[in-house]
Amino acid sequence: MPMKAIIFYLLALLTVGSAAVVAFSRNIVYSAFSLLGTFMGVAGLYVLLAADFVAVIQVLIYVGGILVLIIFAVMLTHRIDDVAVSNRSVGRIPAAVIVVSVGVLMGTAIVSARWAQTANVRVAPTTAGIGDAFLGPYILPFELASVVLLVALIGAIVVSRKEIR
Amino acid sequence: MSGALFEIGLRHFLCVSLFVFVLGLYCVLTRKNAIGILMGVELILNSANINYLAFSHFSSGRYDGQVFALFVIMLAAAEAVIGLAIVLGIYQNFATIDVEATDNLQG
Repeated sequence: MPMKAIIFYLLALLTVGSAAVVAFSRNIVYSAFSLLGTFMGVAGLYVLLAADFVAVIQVLIYVGGILVLIIFAVMLTHRIDDVAVSNRSVGRIPAAVIVVSVGVLMGTAIVSARWAQTANVRVAPTTAGIGDAFLGPYILPFELASVVLLVALIGAIVVSRKEIR
Repeated sequence: MSGALFEIGLRHFLCVSLFVFVLGLYCVLTRKNAIGILMGVELILNSANINYLAFSHFSSGRYDGQVFALFVIMLAAAEAVIGLAIVLGIYQNFATIDVEATDNLQG
Protein backbone atom coordinates (compact mmCIF):
# COMPACT_ATOMS: atom_id res chain seq x y z
CA MET A 1 0.00 0.00 0.00
CA PRO A 2 1.66 3.22 -1.09
CA MET A 3 2.37 5.99 1.39
CA LYS A 4 0.09 8.48 -0.35
CA ALA A 5 -2.90 6.15 -0.06
CA ILE A 6 -2.25 5.59 3.66
CA ILE A 7 -2.07 9.34 4.29
CA PHE A 8 -5.18 9.94 2.18
CA TYR A 9 -7.25 7.37 4.06
CA LEU A 10 -6.08 8.67 7.44
CA LEU A 11 -7.02 12.23 6.46
CA ALA A 12 -10.34 11.10 5.01
CA LEU A 13 -11.10 9.19 8.21
CA LEU A 14 -10.24 12.25 10.32
CA THR A 15 -12.35 14.54 8.15
CA VAL A 16 -15.43 12.34 7.85
CA GLY A 17 -15.26 11.11 11.45
CA SER A 18 -15.07 14.62 12.85
CA ALA A 19 -17.85 15.75 10.52
CA ALA A 20 -19.98 12.88 11.84
CA VAL A 21 -19.36 14.04 15.41
CA VAL A 22 -20.35 17.58 14.35
CA ALA A 23 -23.58 16.28 12.85
CA PHE A 24 -24.57 13.71 15.47
CA SER A 25 -23.20 14.88 18.82
CA ARG A 26 -25.72 15.72 21.52
CA ASN A 27 -23.42 18.32 23.04
CA ILE A 28 -22.72 21.45 21.03
CA VAL A 29 -19.32 21.92 22.67
CA TYR A 30 -18.21 18.54 21.27
CA SER A 31 -19.58 19.58 17.88
CA ALA A 32 -17.63 22.84 17.97
CA PHE A 33 -14.37 21.19 18.95
CA SER A 34 -14.63 18.35 16.45
CA LEU A 35 -15.05 20.97 13.76
CA LEU A 36 -11.32 21.46 14.39
CA GLY A 37 -10.64 17.90 13.19
CA THR A 38 -12.69 18.45 10.06
CA PHE A 39 -10.93 21.69 9.17
CA MET A 40 -7.45 20.24 9.78
CA GLY A 41 -8.29 17.09 7.81
CA VAL A 42 -9.57 19.17 4.92
CA ALA A 43 -6.36 21.24 5.04
CA GLY A 44 -4.39 18.00 4.81
CA LEU A 45 -6.45 16.94 1.80
CA TYR A 46 -5.62 20.29 0.18
CA VAL A 47 -1.93 19.52 0.67
CA LEU A 48 -2.45 16.13 -1.01
CA LEU A 49 -4.09 18.03 -3.89
CA ALA A 50 -0.90 20.15 -4.25
CA ALA A 51 -2.72 23.30 -3.10
CA ASP A 52 -0.22 24.54 -0.53
CA PHE A 53 -1.40 28.15 -0.40
CA VAL A 54 -5.08 27.25 0.04
CA ALA A 55 -4.14 24.76 2.78
CA VAL A 56 -2.32 27.46 4.75
CA ILE A 57 -5.22 29.86 4.24
CA GLN A 58 -7.61 27.13 5.42
CA VAL A 59 -5.66 26.72 8.66
CA LEU A 60 -5.34 30.48 9.19
CA ILE A 61 -8.92 31.50 8.46
CA TYR A 62 -10.99 28.45 9.37
CA VAL A 63 -9.06 27.21 12.40
CA GLY A 64 -7.71 30.56 13.53
CA GLY A 65 -10.75 32.67 12.76
CA ILE A 66 -14.06 30.95 12.14
CA LEU A 67 -13.58 28.15 14.66
CA VAL A 68 -12.55 30.55 17.43
CA LEU A 69 -15.58 32.70 16.56
CA ILE A 70 -17.91 29.68 16.74
CA ILE A 71 -16.49 28.55 20.08
CA PHE A 72 -16.87 32.10 21.42
CA ALA A 73 -20.51 32.16 20.30
CA VAL A 74 -21.13 28.74 21.88
CA MET A 75 -19.64 29.90 25.16
CA LEU A 76 -21.55 33.20 25.13
CA THR A 77 -24.93 31.54 24.74
CA HIS A 78 -26.32 29.88 27.79
CA ARG A 79 -27.03 26.43 29.14
CA ILE A 80 -24.35 24.76 27.09
CA ASP A 81 -23.71 22.22 29.79
CA ASP A 82 -27.29 20.99 29.67
CA VAL A 83 -27.15 18.14 27.17
CA ALA A 84 -30.88 17.91 26.67
CA VAL A 85 -31.20 21.58 25.74
CA SER A 86 -27.88 22.33 24.13
CA ASN A 87 -28.07 20.70 20.75
CA ARG A 88 -31.41 19.10 20.12
CA SER A 89 -32.14 17.52 16.79
CA VAL A 90 -35.61 17.34 15.28
CA GLY A 91 -37.06 15.49 12.32
CA ARG A 92 -34.29 12.92 12.21
CA ILE A 93 -36.11 10.41 10.03
CA PRO A 94 -37.27 12.73 7.19
CA ALA A 95 -33.86 14.37 7.24
CA ALA A 96 -32.18 10.95 7.03
CA VAL A 97 -34.38 9.98 4.07
CA ILE A 98 -33.54 13.21 2.21
CA VAL A 99 -29.85 12.96 3.03
CA VAL A 100 -29.52 9.31 2.04
CA SER A 101 -31.33 9.85 -1.26
CA VAL A 102 -29.20 12.88 -2.12
CA GLY A 103 -26.09 10.94 -1.15
CA VAL A 104 -27.01 7.91 -3.25
CA LEU A 105 -27.81 10.14 -6.25
CA MET A 106 -24.54 12.05 -6.04
CA GLY A 107 -22.55 8.89 -5.30
CA THR A 108 -23.94 7.25 -8.42
CA ALA A 109 -23.01 10.33 -10.41
CA ILE A 110 -19.46 10.31 -9.00
CA VAL A 111 -18.93 6.64 -9.83
CA SER A 112 -20.57 6.58 -13.25
CA ALA A 113 -19.57 9.91 -14.78
CA ARG A 114 -16.56 10.11 -17.06
CA TRP A 115 -14.65 12.99 -15.50
CA ALA A 116 -12.24 15.04 -17.56
CA GLN A 117 -8.63 14.15 -16.81
CA THR A 118 -5.77 16.49 -17.46
CA ALA A 119 -2.62 15.08 -18.98
CA ASN A 120 -0.19 16.88 -16.68
CA VAL A 121 -1.06 16.67 -12.99
CA ARG A 122 1.26 19.29 -11.55
CA VAL A 123 2.76 19.21 -8.08
CA ALA A 124 4.43 22.60 -7.78
CA PRO A 125 4.23 25.73 -5.63
CA THR A 126 1.03 27.58 -6.43
CA THR A 127 1.33 30.93 -4.68
CA ALA A 128 2.79 32.88 -7.62
CA GLY A 129 0.20 31.49 -10.02
CA ILE A 130 -2.66 32.35 -7.67
CA GLY A 131 -1.32 35.87 -7.24
CA ASP A 132 -1.13 36.31 -11.02
CA ALA A 133 -4.71 35.01 -11.34
CA PHE A 134 -5.97 37.40 -8.64
CA LEU A 135 -4.39 40.46 -10.21
CA GLY A 136 -5.05 39.35 -13.79
CA PRO A 137 -8.37 37.79 -14.87
CA TYR A 138 -9.92 37.89 -11.37
CA ILE A 139 -9.15 41.51 -10.50
CA LEU A 140 -12.81 42.59 -10.31
CA PRO A 141 -13.99 39.80 -7.95
CA PHE A 142 -10.84 40.39 -5.91
CA GLU A 143 -11.68 44.06 -5.40
CA LEU A 144 -15.33 43.22 -4.74
CA ALA A 145 -14.18 40.77 -2.07
CA SER A 146 -12.52 43.58 -0.15
CA VAL A 147 -15.76 45.57 -0.28
CA VAL A 148 -17.72 42.53 0.92
CA LEU A 149 -15.34 42.06 3.84
CA LEU A 150 -15.65 45.73 4.79
CA VAL A 151 -19.45 45.50 4.67
CA ALA A 152 -19.36 42.34 6.80
CA LEU A 153 -17.11 44.07 9.33
CA ILE A 154 -19.34 47.13 9.67
CA GLY A 155 -22.50 45.02 9.59
CA ALA A 156 -21.31 42.77 12.40
CA ILE A 157 -20.50 45.79 14.55
CA VAL A 158 -23.87 47.40 13.85
CA VAL A 159 -25.82 44.19 14.52
CA SER A 160 -24.07 43.14 17.71
CA ARG A 161 -23.47 46.40 19.59
CA LYS A 162 -25.72 47.67 22.32
CA GLU A 163 -27.89 50.59 21.36
CA ILE A 164 -26.84 53.83 22.99
CA ARG A 165 -29.48 56.45 23.33
CA MET B 1 -9.86 -3.59 -7.57
CA SER B 2 -6.92 -3.05 -5.24
CA GLY B 3 -5.38 -0.76 -7.85
CA ALA B 4 -8.53 1.37 -7.86
CA LEU B 5 -8.45 1.54 -4.07
CA PHE B 6 -4.80 2.48 -3.67
CA GLU B 7 -4.36 4.74 -6.71
CA ILE B 8 -5.73 7.96 -5.23
CA GLY B 9 -7.61 9.81 -7.94
CA LEU B 10 -10.37 12.31 -8.50
CA ARG B 11 -13.17 9.99 -7.37
CA HIS B 12 -11.61 9.39 -3.95
CA PHE B 13 -11.62 13.10 -3.18
CA LEU B 14 -15.14 13.47 -4.56
CA CYS B 15 -16.31 10.67 -2.25
CA VAL B 16 -14.79 12.35 0.83
CA SER B 17 -16.44 15.59 -0.26
CA LEU B 18 -19.76 13.77 -0.70
CA PHE B 19 -19.62 12.39 2.85
CA VAL B 20 -18.80 15.80 4.31
CA PHE B 21 -21.62 17.40 2.29
CA VAL B 22 -24.16 14.79 3.36
CA LEU B 23 -23.23 15.17 7.02
CA GLY B 24 -23.44 18.95 6.72
CA LEU B 25 -26.85 18.72 5.07
CA TYR B 26 -28.08 16.43 7.86
CA CYS B 27 -26.72 18.91 10.41
CA VAL B 28 -28.52 21.83 8.75
CA LEU B 29 -31.79 19.90 8.47
CA THR B 30 -31.97 18.55 12.01
CA ARG B 31 -30.41 21.12 14.32
CA LYS B 32 -32.60 23.48 16.29
CA ASN B 33 -29.62 25.37 17.60
CA ALA B 34 -28.69 28.28 15.31
CA ILE B 35 -24.95 27.80 15.90
CA GLY B 36 -25.34 24.10 15.02
CA ILE B 37 -26.93 25.11 11.72
CA LEU B 38 -24.00 27.45 11.01
CA MET B 39 -21.62 24.55 11.66
CA GLY B 40 -23.49 22.50 9.07
CA VAL B 41 -23.13 25.33 6.58
CA GLU B 42 -19.38 25.39 7.23
CA LEU B 43 -19.21 21.64 6.52
CA ILE B 44 -21.05 22.12 3.21
CA LEU B 45 -18.72 24.95 2.17
CA ASN B 46 -15.69 22.82 3.02
CA SER B 47 -16.98 19.97 0.87
CA ALA B 48 -17.50 22.38 -2.02
CA ASN B 49 -13.91 23.55 -1.60
CA ILE B 50 -12.60 19.98 -1.72
CA ASN B 51 -14.43 19.60 -5.03
CA TYR B 52 -12.98 22.83 -6.43
CA LEU B 53 -9.44 21.82 -5.56
CA ALA B 54 -9.86 18.22 -6.73
CA PHE B 55 -11.11 19.32 -10.13
CA SER B 56 -8.41 21.99 -10.29
CA HIS B 57 -5.75 19.37 -9.61
CA PHE B 58 -7.00 16.42 -11.64
CA SER B 59 -9.20 17.88 -14.38
CA SER B 60 -8.05 21.33 -15.42
CA GLY B 61 -4.48 21.66 -14.15
CA ARG B 62 -4.94 25.42 -13.84
CA TYR B 63 -5.35 27.81 -10.93
CA ASP B 64 -8.99 28.84 -11.43
CA GLY B 65 -10.31 26.25 -8.96
CA GLN B 66 -7.91 27.41 -6.27
CA VAL B 67 -8.92 31.04 -6.82
CA PHE B 68 -12.58 30.08 -6.44
CA ALA B 69 -11.76 28.11 -3.29
CA LEU B 70 -10.15 31.22 -1.83
CA PHE B 71 -13.25 33.26 -2.66
CA VAL B 72 -15.40 30.61 -0.94
CA ILE B 73 -13.20 30.78 2.17
CA MET B 74 -13.52 34.57 2.16
CA LEU B 75 -17.30 34.42 1.87
CA ALA B 76 -17.44 31.74 4.59
CA ALA B 77 -15.57 34.06 6.93
CA ALA B 78 -17.96 36.93 6.18
CA GLU B 79 -20.95 34.60 6.59
CA ALA B 80 -19.69 33.31 9.95
CA VAL B 81 -19.13 36.84 11.25
CA ILE B 82 -22.56 38.10 10.22
CA GLY B 83 -24.33 34.87 11.20
CA LEU B 84 -22.84 34.76 14.67
CA ALA B 85 -23.52 38.47 15.21
CA ILE B 86 -27.17 37.83 14.33
CA VAL B 87 -27.23 34.78 16.62
CA LEU B 88 -25.89 36.84 19.52
CA GLY B 89 -28.48 39.53 18.74
CA ILE B 90 -31.23 36.89 18.83
CA TYR B 91 -29.86 35.64 22.12
CA GLN B 92 -29.98 39.13 23.62
CA ASN B 93 -33.62 39.54 22.56
CA PHE B 94 -35.05 36.05 23.10
CA ALA B 95 -32.63 34.53 25.68
CA THR B 96 -32.43 31.46 23.45
CA ILE B 97 -30.94 30.54 20.09
CA ASP B 98 -33.50 27.87 19.30
CA VAL B 99 -34.57 28.70 15.74
CA GLU B 100 -38.13 27.48 16.37
CA ALA B 101 -38.62 29.90 19.28
CA THR B 102 -37.97 32.96 17.13
CA ASP B 103 -41.25 33.04 15.22
CA ASN B 104 -42.33 36.64 15.77
CA LEU B 105 -42.74 37.26 12.05
CA GLN B 106 -45.05 34.27 11.61
CA GLY B 107 -48.50 35.46 10.49
